[in-house]
Amino acid sequence: MAFVQNFPFMSIILSLFSGPLCSVLDGKWAKKVNTAVIVIIGLMSSCVLGYVSGQGEPFIYRMGHFPAPWGNEIRVGVLEAFMAVFFCVIMLLSMAGGVRERLLQIEESKQNLYYIMVNLLLCSLLALIYTNDLFTAYVFVEINTISACGLIMIRQNGRTIEAAARYMIMSLLGSGLLLLGICFLYSVTGHLLMSNIRQQVEMLAASGEYRIPLMVSLVLMSVGLAIKSALYPFHTWLPDAYGYSTVSSAAILSSLVSKGYIFLLIKIFYRVIGFEIICSSKVIHILFVFGVMGMIMGSVSAIKEESIRRMIAYSSVAQIGYIYMGLGLGTEIGVVASIYHVLSHAATKSLLFIAASGLTDASGDSVRYEELHGAGFRHRLAGAAFTVGALSMVGLPMFSGFISKLLFAQAAMGHEYKMLITLIALAVSTILNAVYFMKTVIRIYTPASRDGESKGNRIIHMKEQPGKSAALICFVILNLILGLNSEPVIHMIEAGLEMFR
Amino acid sequence: MSRKVPQEKYENTFSYKFKRWLEGYKDPFLDTLEMKSQKAFHEDEEITRLHDEDKEQHLRQLYDIEHNAEVRIFAGIYKVFSVLFCIFLVMMLLIAVSALPPFGEAGNPVNNEVSERYIENGLQETGAVNIVTGMILDYRAFDTLGESHVLFIATCTVLILLRADTKRDREYGEANDRSHEPKNDVILQTAARILVPPIFIFGIYVILAGHLGPGGGFSGGAVIGAGLILYLNAFGFAKTEKFFTAKTYRRMSFGALACYSIAKSYSFYTGANHIESIIPLGNPGAILSSGLILLLNICVGIVVAGTMYTFYVMFRKGGY
Amino acid sequence: MNVNHLLHNYPEAVAVILFGIGFSNLLLQKNLIKKIVGLNIMDTATYLFLALKGYIDGRKAPVAADGIQNVEAYINPIPSGLVLTGIVVSVSVTALMLSLTIRLYRRYHTLDLDKISILLRKEGK
Repeated sequence: MAFVQNFPFMSIILSLFSGPLCSVLDGKWAKKVNTAVIVIIGLMSSCVLGYVSGQGEPFIYRMGHFPAPWGNEIRVGVLEAFMAVFFCVIMLLSMAGGVRERLLQIEESKQNLYYIMVNLLLCSLLALIYTNDLFTAYVFVEINTISACGLIMIRQNGRTIEAAARYMIMSLLGSGLLLLGICFLYSVTGHLLMSNIRQQVEMLAASGEYRIPLMVSLVLMSVGLAIKSALYPFHTWLPDAYGYSTVSSAAILSSLVSKGYIFLLIKIFYRVIGFEIICSSKVIHILFVFGVMGMIMGSVSAIKEESIRRMIAYSSVAQIGYIYMGLGLGTEIGVVASIYHVLSHAATKSLLFIAASGLTDASGDSVRYEELHGAGFRHRLAGAAFTVGALSMVGLPMFSGFISKLLFAQAAMGHEYKMLITLIALAVSTILNAVYFMKTVIRIYTPASRDGESKGNRIIHMKEQPGKSAALICFVILNLILGLNSEPVIHMIEAGLEMFR
Repeated sequence: MSRKVPQEKYENTFSYKFKRWLEGYKDPFLDTLEMKSQKAFHEDEEITRLHDEDKEQHLRQLYDIEHNAEVRIFAGIYKVFSVLFCIFLVMMLLIAVSALPPFGEAGNPVNNEVSERYIENGLQETGAVNIVTGMILDYRAFDTLGESHVLFIATCTVLILLRADTKRDREYGEANDRSHEPKNDVILQTAARILVPPIFIFGIYVILAGHLGPGGGFSGGAVIGAGLILYLNAFGFAKTEKFFTAKTYRRMSFGALACYSIAKSYSFYTGANHIESIIPLGNPGAILSSGLILLLNICVGIVVAGTMYTFYVMFRKGGY
Repeated sequence: MNVNHLLHNYPEAVAVILFGIGFSNLLLQKNLIKKIVGLNIMDTATYLFLALKGYIDGRKAPVAADGIQNVEAYINPIPSGLVLTGIVVSVSVTALMLSLTIRLYRRYHTLDLDKISILLRKEGK
């Protein structure tokens, strides 16, 4: 057994251990520990990725002295290792981009508590990616929920606490449904290990026994995870939570937290129930319909907004609608398109949040549109980065958003009636995206008139904010890489999905 | 401005005049039409006051949700749909329950080879007489590791929200506490003097005997936490501050969770790499047996006791 | 829907009805404390449902006292272990929700989440 195979387990334990470690350190040291942990885990995951790509098949790691199904195990393939590396990169850049805001907006004595939340969030994401056991997934989903709530409310004004209360209520509804679905599935199959459940489900589907509980458990699990990842009718907590928390929280929440649940849903589809059974059930039609509605309603709500951060938050609702639409198409290419969009959205949305915070810094800390005139000239890097992010969201070629829209359109070909709906929805939502993103880009590059200049306007150079500038440049490069060099990534996703079964 | 021609000559050209007209600098109607002279605009106080009143009334109407017809209709529709959704959910679940395997039968899918091995070989493989403890702390130890950290992170969020760090918050909490809580109640103190030592001993017994009978770290920790809360209620913060401060809790929880993580990672590492573990399993039925399970029970018990006490103290005063 | 089966599985039916009651409380109640009570009812009902999975008629609790290790003598130990994990999760989220309620009440002196949104929007304007 190669030593590299220990790395996934070590990354989970390292991030888990650094949580309590940060509780006894003060703010500065906690930040250093946090950064070191993310970098180490990123490096370890890239080694794992290299190893698994070389091997060509996934490996199983036994957690304990007993083989599954009597003990726990984790399973590592190309897709999991790649997602782990990607999530580490995004988390590192998001944390770097929000350093200054964290120092200002969080109280001195509570700084180390924030880093505990981030460490445990990273641990739960890694565990959700690697796990092969359904109940372990539930426990780490709960850690994910609680640490996301901590990230929202660390900046303590009235708005974030109300947003955190709404978020917890919706999230706990979703958790309850997920747990009940897991219980139903356990009671008809008798296993908790994903591969074993799949064998039982195939036998049950072939014999027709226990058809109703299987269907009900599938619906409960899908709806539970959809509620937690803010699919259209359940998205009411999202704008407040993303719009008012501190910048690194908003970037991490929008890029990573919802995506962890979506990844778990894809894992349940492939490894627990089996993709063929899913495609022949009605569940994906429901996900498709809600995804399309989310795409359009999210953009419509974003147009009405007056604050730039809430606008970006509503745009997140629309993008999550895209992902569910891709899952709801019911084909392999649809799932590949969804996963690619997860990567593209994670890279772009964090970029937008950090660039928006740079623009508001140059405009006297105001998020309202009237104050943002000409901000692109005052903070050049943030303005350019925001433009790159906006163009990627709209879907201009050369950026990653274009590739994901192309993949969605390709995935839709071949269906009888879903194809037309998907293409129309893609077109309409692209236009709507263009309306509010281009409006903002034009506004930040329109010089403010003399008497409209607010007192807080100031010019910011790159050197004044090294962390944020470095993060913005890295995000732009990541976006361009995903946009221009997408073939290897798509091949890796397809190979990973093959191994995923 | 023009580079080829001086400024005065440029101002007489057609293109300059056209450009000015295009930009609106020159009023095309001035000197060409006859117009009546306009009255200068002056602010009428009456009109300004009416404007302001209008705006205020509009805002008041906007936020008056009790009398707003649209909001009431929407709230009514939302309520009806939610109730229908919940009824539909319960009906769907009842239909599913009626199709489940019959309750309490030995031939259910749940009773398969997994539980068989736990019951038949549990004592030999884990050394624990209590099969459930052996299962959660040895077979499926990863879940319990995650769950202890759920408790830890919930405590951290409660600390974020309720811990009083500024002097003003601390004084507010103490004043609140002084006015609302009972002080030096004779009945409470007498009862506490009699009850608290047995409670602690019982809690320690439950933790230590977790692998020999029903019990374990979670239940024992909860009992010890309850004992601490009773002691605090009877004797006040002055007495508990002597042995339980914020530093105590931090170090306790860090020590216990670190110990748990290190012990379990040793177990996972040796298990995955097929190395024999050097921890002896001991004699089943003795207290010092079952490998790491005793140590893990103690760690979990410490964490749970500290957490229960911290929750109570944070809700009551915001500080230790 | 076979009513005979439903009546035979009556403990699980009761658990599911309790789940529905807790779920609708969490969703529909205005008062935050009542929402938290609904959350507790929902979680407890789920654990009741899970714990019922392990029961087998006529067998004892899975503590291998006196060295009896026959699989016929004990109920299924797995659901009990899962419920142990779940109860801790339920306690943690209840504590978190209660502290959120305390903070909101201290600032806005109301327990109604909709009224708090209105007050916040007025503050913002």
